[in-house]
Amino acid sequence: MPWWIRKTIAWVLLGSPALYATYLIATNDLGANPLETLTDHTGQWTLRFLLLGLLITPLRQLTGWVSLIRYRRLIGLFAAFYATTHMALWLFIDQQLDWRLLLEDVLDRPYITLGFMGWLLLLPLVATSTKGMIKKLGASWRKLHRAVYIIPVLGVVHYTMSLKADFSLPILYAVILALLLSFRVWMRQAR
Amino acid sequence: MIIKTRKTSDVRSSEITPEHFFQQRRSIIKAAMASIAAWQLPAHALVEPQGNLPAIPNLKDSGIGGGLSPTEYKHVTSYNNFYEFGTGKDDPKKNSGAFKSRPWTISVEGECDAPGEIGIEDIFKLIDQEERVYRFRCVEAWAMVVPWAGFSLATLLKRFKPNSKAKYVVFETLVDKEMMPGTRRKILDWPYQEGLRIDEAMHPLSMLVTGVYGKELPAQNGAPLRLMVPWKYGFKSIKSIVKIKFVEKQPATTWETMAADEYGFYANVNPMVDHPRWTQAFHRNIGEGLFASRDETLMFNGYSDEVADLYRGMDLTKFY
Repeated sequence: MPWWIRKTIAWVLLGSPALYATYLIATNDLGANPLETLTDHTGQWTLRFLLLGLLITPLRQLTGWVSLIRYRRLIGLFAAFYATTHMALWLFIDQQLDWRLLLEDVLDRPYITLGFMGWLLLLPLVATSTKGMIKKLGASWRKLHRAVYIIPVLGVVHYTMSLKADFSLPILYAVILALLLSFRVWMRQAR
Repeated sequence: MIIKTRKTSDVRSSEITPEHFFQQRRSIIKAAMASIAAWQLPAHALVEPQGNLPAIPNLKDSGIGGGLSPTEYKHVTSYNNFYEFGTGKDDPKKNSGAFKSRPWTISVEGECDAPGEIGIEDIFKLIDQEERVYRFRCVEAWAMVVPWAGFSLATLLKRFKPNSKAKYVVFETLVDKEMMPGTRRKILDWPYQEGLRIDEAMHPLSMLVTGVYGKELPAQNGAPLRLMVPWKYGFKSIKSIVKIKFVEKQPATTWETMAADEYGFYANVNPMVDHPRWTQAFHRNIGEGLFASRDETLMFNGYSDEVADLYRGMDLTKFY
């Protein structure tokens, strides 16, 4: 299969949660609390794609499907896209750009502080995701992009703290994240 | 020389109200009367009944909340918290298909002279049902306006003759693993338990609800009998009640036990006391879409005139 077809499929798959949300908005089917629905939707997909991005390396090594690496950047960028949408919902619709309330949220509410930090950490990774930047930064690119291990941790803690009961979903994410991170530790020790 | 002696009935000059104060008082009293009138006058007819459940028999219009415009029936009955059916907002409607609200008895016990039981059919037979349109404010900073059917909680409580030791009232929700799939997991310490101080419970605004939009309550809204205390956050208004108990000491309530720093016993709607994770100064109205206005939350959810006296002298930042 030619690469452009594979890439198109990847775009469609990774973009489908956004397409679905657009469909729900267009058909006015977001339920009684649309803001809550969209905030949850974008948050969930941010976490899922962050975890999917971390799955690429172990999957390559376990299956020998080496070309998987070509999808990793796209997955990461889509995670950043959903995170940014999630942020924008909070910024523009929830707090309606009320700076006093925004500041209060970021400073006084630890789960928002953590989520905000995670989003901030994504920005330099997006900015340095081009081929040119990878070349230019060399070894420091790898160092910088180790933030992908911290960001999902912030994300999962942020999600857990935002709930009041029933932690089954964040626990599931945490278990997957722990497996993905311990694979790295294990690989390091095996080397 | 004139010696002035005072009779006890004489009015001292210090007792005479200066005229401007007198006039001011008149206007305050007038305004108060007008607000009471606005609150009690049957300015509206019953809302158009919705849904296909049995109608509430002989439903009368209380006139309460006549000026408010109710949230759509579909939102009222499809978006709420009722963890006995799951933790998602759409779970209560989705997972309550097996729920049966008949037969149903509520047992009333504890510090009262006439403990006993009352069946839901007797409640319909013995107690007049009226419609009241109340503001509903969830602790999660969303809000609705709901036309409830029911009666003052005090009407039921008095039948069981609470004694002088009855300082608080405790309520319990049914636990049934078959009909309420959410209770199969120990997400909360079942049964759900809530409580009120006796004066709060006896306040005429405290309501036992049998219906919504002129029809019996759907399972997801707490059929067949739930509490509605409109000046408190929604979680206080316990659903599907099977037990009421008069007690002497402040009871442990479910959410307070789960997270005392987030959910207090009083849980009065108070824009000045934030939830640790969000501000309570604003709320979003359900049913207004993605760009719903963010409204300022009122003290006691707008029922200050009626209930503020219950909390006179209390530090509401401490007793939140």
